[in-house]
Amino acid sequence: MPLLDIQNLSVAFSTRAGTFRAVDGIDLQVDEGEVVGIVGESGSGKSVTSLAVMGLIPSAGTVIADRMSFAGTDLRTLSRSQRRRITGKDVAMVFQEPMTSLNPCFTVGFQIGESLKVHEGLSGRALRHRTIELLEQVGIPAPESRLSAFPHQLSGGMNQRVMIAIAIACNPRLLIADEPTTALDVTIQKQILDLLVGLQRDRGMALILITHDMGVVAETAHRVVVMYAGQVAETRSATELFERPRHPYTGALLDALPERALGRRRLPTIPGVVPGIADRPQGCLFNPRCPRAQDRCRAERPALLADDAGRARCFYPLNSQSEVTA
Amino acid sequence: MLRFILTRASLLIPTFLGVTLLTFLLIRLVPGDPIEVRVGERGISPERLAQFRHELGLDQPLWKQFLDYIGGVLSGDLGTSLVTHNPVLQEFLTLFPATIELAFMAMLFASVVGLPAGIVAAVKRGSWFDHGVMGLSLTGYSMPIFWWGLLLILLFSVNLGWTPVSGRLDLLYYVEPVTGFMLIDTLLVGEYGAFWSALEHLILPTVVLGTIPLAVVARMTRSAMLEVLGEDYIRTARAKGLNSRRVVGLHALRNALIPVVTVIGLQVGTLLGGAILTETIFSWPGVGKWLIESINRRDYPALQGGVLLIASTVMAVNLLVDLLYGVLNPRIRHAR
Ligand SMILES: Nc1ncnc2c1ncn2[C@@H]1O[C@H](COP(=O)(O)OP(=O)(O)O)[C@@H](O)[C@H]1O
Ligand SMILES: [Mg+2]
Repeated sequence: MPLLDIQNLSVAFSTRAGTFRAVDGIDLQVDEGEVVGIVGESGSGKSVTSLAVMGLIPSAGTVIADRMSFAGTDLRTLSRSQRRRITGKDVAMVFQEPMTSLNPCFTVGFQIGESLKVHEGLSGRALRHRTIELLEQVGIPAPESRLSAFPHQLSGGMNQRVMIAIAIACNPRLLIADEPTTALDVTIQKQILDLLVGLQRDRGMALILITHDMGVVAETAHRVVVMYAGQVAETRSATELFERPRHPYTGALLDALPERALGRRRLPTIPGVVPGIADRPQGCLFNPRCPRAQDRCRAERPALLADDAGRARCFYPLNSQSEVTA
Repeated sequence: MLRFILTRASLLIPTFLGVTLLTFLLIRLVPGDPIEVRVGERGISPERLAQFRHELGLDQPLWKQFLDYIGGVLSGDLGTSLVTHNPVLQEFLTLFPATIELAFMAMLFASVVGLPAGIVAAVKRGSWFDHGVMGLSLTGYSMPIFWWGLLLILLFSVNLGWTPVSGRLDLLYYVEPVTGFMLIDTLLVGEYGAFWSALEHLILPTVVLGTIPLAVVARMTRSAMLEVLGEDYIRTARAKGLNSRRVVGLHALRNALIPVVTVIGLQVGTLLGGAILTETIFSWPGVGKWLIESINRRDYPALQGGVLLIASTVMAVNLLVDLLYGVLNPRIRHAR
């Protein structure tokens, strides 16, 4: 049984232009101790998916799913207070913007300790001790002196470490990191990523690593989910995906990697943007940007079909058996 | 910190001068001088009039009168009342506690009602409660104090007889002033009956004076909370699995309080201005009523001194609010 099992999850927002499905029928399974990478350009519904797992979709949004269970518990039927006992304890999340994700009015020590206080009832010396330990584990130098620091006194990288300390405080079984390095300097990005992967390995927790950077996924993920316009475009093991991508969108994302473009003068980019509320096309959602699109792609929406090594949502996939024979 | 206080304090000097000059000129624009007003219709011989004027220095050119007055103020002398012949400062200090008590209660009322109303309105944005709070606060904000006071007196004092019409204390009681605050003084001597009477007398003036600040506090709290509730760190707080009470009451409110406290502090000016009207309506023996009387009697020194002291109080409170802002906002506190 997967640790997290989500089937046919949709999140719709009611907007002035009508209801908009930011997430449209996605499946997502994560096993205990597994690292799953979710990739896709911005606007493809990665954050909304993770917020739905956390139970943090704002009231303007509706979440529906055929199945949404964590460690065998059906998340859909839990009361709010039952849900809160899981959120922040067994499932925790690190956000994209470390500088704004911490409360400017409270010290770092307080914000880390709060989770421990609320979920584990720690207080006094034990709380302080555990907080310092967490700061050490996320690689913050002189942790004792940092307890009383405010977020604005720390750098972005340090704040993201604090966010990670908050997230791992109660030993979660699943950590969701939503573009944890996007807002950071390139030099810091690698450190934070290494920290996350190290923590995942040491603690054996499952990790959902959300990013729009295929390179990051290549180094860390066991399995990859490629999202496009609120749907899963392709999913398979990381090795398979990098060796033989099937969906043209995955192919284009991989072509855009600098290390794959050696010898070429310019990085190939994907023209156009992810369709938003008003401009979702007929047929395959990717067809306006797809170099391989044919009449069928413009008329019919492909299903997410299983192949020999994973699943892809495409009528004319790359690297497939049929293509080799044709 | 010290430099900050000194810079702010040095800005006060031109304000002081301006306030003094304005009061000085405006009161002299009102027809009739202290002596004419006192003598009234009876008439008096021109020689006597000139002699009185000379004694009070009113025959001097205006600029000289002003310089003399400023000189006195700088050496700590606000002059004596032309009517009672008591030092202006002493009169002011005797009456000021009554005004502070009223203003404090009004601010307390505005905060105790306005903060929760604003918080709930923000959390339940768009609900009937939110619309109700917004509508009422708009009404409250545009309520003319005089009319509002008379309305409440008519309803609660005259028709229903629930509250006293005027004054600070029932005539049955006499309490020797110690602090000047009736609520405290009555308790100090253990006169509980007098305490209740003082409280009863405070209710209507408090409501009347507190209505505009209440509207401002409720609106400001709502908008500050709405802004804060959309911040990333609120999402983080929810992601920790904290209950709404903690998310709203601790994480959001702590941030929203920074602008709200500032606004509450800045209401003190409005409040003291409103106190003048409120005290007149309710015959409340504070500095507001005293100032109005001073205008009527053309008691120049009393009026000038009173306005100057009230202005000083407002400026001192504003300075305090600035300091408090720094204390409440860690980003400012550490920047210095
Ligand atoms: N609260 C919301 N109300 C309306 N639309 C939203 C809301 N949150 C996200 N969306 C829309 O959902 C889509 C997916 O957003 P998101 O999950 O943040 O994308 P990603 O994280 O992949 O960049 C976007 O088009 C975004 O505009
Ligand atoms: Mg995102």
